[in-house]
Amino acid sequence: MNESITKTIGVAFCVCLICSLVVSFSAVSLRDLQNENKLNDKRIKILQAADIYNPDEDIKEQFLKLETKFVNFETGKLMDTYMDFSLEEYDPILATRDSNLSSKVPTSEDIAVIKNRENIGKIFILRNDDYSINKLILPIRGYGLWGTLYGYISIENDFNTIAGIEFYDHKETPGLGAEVDNPKWKNLWPGKEIYQNGEVSLSVIKGKVDNNDKGAQYEIDGLSGATITSRGVTNMITYWFGESGYSKLFKELNYES
Amino acid sequence: MNLKRYKEVVLKPLIDENPITLQILGICSALAVTNNLAVTLVMCVAVISVISFSNLFISIIRNYIPSSIRIIVQMTIIASLVIVVDELLKAYDYETSKKLSVFVGLIITNCIVMGRAEAFAMKEKPLLSFFDGLGNGIGYSIILIGVAVIRELFGSGTLFGYEILPLVSNGGWYMGNNLLLLPPSSFIIIGLFIWAIRSIKSAQIENDEFEIKPHSTVPDLTKREINV
Repeated sequence: MNESITKTIGVAFCVCLICSLVVSFSAVSLRDLQNENKLNDKRIKILQAADIYNPDEDIKEQFLKLETKFVNFETGKLMDTYMDFSLEEYDPILATRDSNLSSKVPTSEDIAVIKNRENIGKIFILRNDDYSINKLILPIRGYGLWGTLYGYISIENDFNTIAGIEFYDHKETPGLGAEVDNPKWKNLWPGKEIYQNGEVSLSVIKGKVDNNDKGAQYEIDGLSGATITSRGVTNMITYWFGESGYSKLFKELNYES
Repeated sequence: MNLKRYKEVVLKPLIDENPITLQILGICSALAVTNNLAVTLVMCVAVISVISFSNLFISIIRNYIPSSIRIIVQMTIIASLVIVVDELLKAYDYETSKKLSVFVGLIITNCIVMGRAEAFAMKEKPLLSFFDGLGNGIGYSIILIGVAVIRELFGSGTLFGYEILPLVSNGGWYMGNNLLLLPPSSFIIIGLFIWAIRSIKSAQIENDEFEIKPHSTVPDLTKREINV
């Protein structure tokens, strides 16, 4: 009898068992490939932020053009070694989950709602042939509307002018907040400036930027219908280029050169 | 093996019993993923494989499924297949899987898959069910590809990302139709497809479910004789 309770439970159990085996087998066996894809995707975003990405070339090969460094947020100094992490494998986002490797951001300072900031960050440097810095590519993140936006921003060697921005992960609304991925919008960023009289002044405004305006170089067009995402991006910039972000690094690098 | 029957289950859903234009099923994904032909093709392959294999597996165990939990059993099988397809895409075609995002997962809710499982696979033999899924998947794909060609060509002037009609914004002569880049345009295109198919195949035209009566008018009270 198909309809008896034992048979019903038995069939349900067997179907669940087989299906879960199939699902977990595919998830586990494909995990390595998926992780590699995710890593490559991040690398592409870093290369795109630096505006040196060439889709026809091998990604790993291109990535070798960039120098990876640890950065100490407390002192602003660049480092080659950090505990026993390798430069390649260290993941600052993972570090934020470990209280030994990160510190809590005081609520009053935490405008980008990142909660924990890693003690040691990881940045990428594009060098000129004479070893002087061409561009810096810096990871940034901050809360939008539905979740945290993760991205990279690249800075020219005056440590003030933006060279590019890319987001590699976010949960914003498609068509509204997700327009942070729109190439048209991202193309508004290069050439904009961050600091005005030493203060972070760059912001995503409401509406369109009037290019004749005095402060136009500190303003980015708002994303229409995505006020909260726009504000989130502004907060992100304010936090990461402020005192607890990369501004110490810039001072240190300026001092060096 | 009855070859004629196999031929029938594969060929009929292509035009005559097309799941989208005749049964109006699976419209949601037809709206969402058709603004780019390359992405659409991947979606089609995903849907075809999910329908075919869910039909196959459900048909294999059809005689053991208690009718009280049959929908849940079907859903479990369909959902597992969709997850496997999603994992495969993430591993082998990461770019497209990022563009398709939630819509791969939403194949679970595609009525065509469930509809074929319930209407066909629960009654017929495994291999025949597999081919029925194949036919319906291809029927779905034909419409999707048709919509995608129109939307990508006239919306962004490209096919598979290659420029066919140079856009004004890129220095060409073609002004892209922005409506076609938005999901609602698929509604209009699918509507036109249905119109075209039904004008050729008049057997598909449905009888009206109700008849519209002529307007009623207010009776002219002044002319009515009142008996007091």
